[in-house]
Amino acid sequence: MESLRSQVAIVGAADTEVGVVPHLSATQLYVKAAKLALEDAGITKEQVDGLITCTSFVEPYMYHAEMIAEYMQIFPRYCLNVATGGGTTLAIMHHAASAIATGVCNTVLITMADNMLSGLSRDRAIEAMSTAGHAQFERPYGPPIPGFYALIAQAHMHAYGTTSEQLAAVAVACRKHASLNPAAQMRQPITIDDVLNSKMIAHPLHLLDCSLVSDGGAAVVMTSAERAKDFKNRPVYMLGVGEGHSHEHISQARSLTTSAAKEAGERAYAMAGLGPKDIDVAELYDCFTPVVIIELEDLGFCPKGEGGRFVEGGRIELGGELPLNTHGGLMSHCHPGHPGSLFSITEAVHQLRGECGPRQVKEAEIALVHGQGGIMSTHCSMILGKERG
Amino acid sequence: MAAPASKPVPVPTRETQPYWEGCKQHELRIQKCPACGHHQFYPRLYCTACMSDRVEWVKASGRGKVLSFTIVYRPVTQAFAADVPYVVALITLDEGPQLMSNVVGCPPEKVQIGMPVEVTFEDWTEDISVPKFKPV
Ligand SMILES: [Zn+2]
Repeated sequence: MESLRSQVAIVGAADTEVGVVPHLSATQLYVKAAKLALEDAGITKEQVDGLITCTSFVEPYMYHAEMIAEYMQIFPRYCLNVATGGGTTLAIMHHAASAIATGVCNTVLITMADNMLSGLSRDRAIEAMSTAGHAQFERPYGPPIPGFYALIAQAHMHAYGTTSEQLAAVAVACRKHASLNPAAQMRQPITIDDVLNSKMIAHPLHLLDCSLVSDGGAAVVMTSAERAKDFKNRPVYMLGVGEGHSHEHISQARSLTTSAAKEAGERAYAMAGLGPKDIDVAELYDCFTPVVIIELEDLGFCPKGEGGRFVEGGRIELGGELPLNTHGGLMSHCHPGHPGSLFSITEAVHQLRGECGPRQVKEAEIALVHGQGGIMSTHCSMILGKERG
Repeated sequence: MAAPASKPVPVPTRETQPYWEGCKQHELRIQKCPACGHHQFYPRLYCTACMSDRVEWVKASGRGKVLSFTIVYRPVTQAFAADVPYVVALITLDEGPQLMSNVVGCPPEKVQIGMPVEVTFEDWTEDISVPKFKPV
């Protein structure tokens, strides 16, 4: 399955300010991100003929992409709204790549935002926390969102001897990288002991094993690899993409310790003709620390069960064997909900362009970005390259 | 755990009614496929193993093992505040299907993966009893 390999490129990528952004509404964040990405691409809104958005929890519209098009007064021939939780970003880009490669449209603007931190009333914040899980078969047992992921962590620890210190190493690495990123929401470095001494939320997950709640938006512009050469900035090529979908509810999961990241990764590697050894920088979905450990295994960076040992000793930090979440990730950069992994894409683009200053990965040529949504339910992996390959 | 009215009381659907009817009688019911012998939970129109539409309701043994668990310290809503710390667990029934529940009847720190458990019921309303699990 090589059909999309190197067919499309990202020619614009930008983030709004993130973290606490009380002066912009959710819709304004979408539009601001879009404007910044168009400027980065060096094009006008009239050159956009495809628009894709994620749904907003805070300001939902039945036809959200049409709403953003209307607000911006653009009139696309391809207009789509997608929601697969944290996997949304990459699934959207997969849709966009398919549309571009088949000639449905030429230039797709993807914008994603939300303001989960500043935009929710108390009631809606409670709704956001408590409506996860099956209404009849999960919610009556009172599982908080971290609790769902704690079930995964506990199973991994039991099966493979993964430790709380190893989970904490993921949070420490993300924070270290965020400390080098002036845009990040949380920049004060932390230690493994800080994570272990933070409040226990749902055993074995501490407060600092959990990601942030944020405001923010990001956007990218995609076009065909042929057209990509005509834009302002150096294009970043999509070498491979793949998805995997295993369940909706964690109580129905085939496995707690192996996820559909395995299929997503295998499909993306096969399309790109590359493997884990070729990856210079990884941006992995990190809503909770154990997720990163399972993704590292399922994406082939280490054997199953070795993820805990893999993250030790600075291997995943800048200067290490596989620097990951170089912007700080959902743990420390920002996590506004659905848009989460679009910040991983914009970071990967900027890394491959060599624009990341003190957090730049030296000679970064190939990046892997992975998003997962639901409770390890929907997965999408994307491999991006500086060269068309 | 007590069951204050603010807890999310399940609302049965036509598809799940036989399950909740069983719970009301303190009987854990799952579906079994007469064609291939597969047991499944939650209830579905078809057998997920062979797609037969002749799935039947059977009484489960009510026994299983803890597949994984967490001890919740920060409750999901105020309705669960009085219960912390409480155990949310995934249980693999002896018949095969897995489901979410709470492990009750022992201190949370005694719960372990692989621990044998059996069903017990909490009467929440006149019509709804919620299945939970306690150590065997
Ligand atoms: Zn069957």
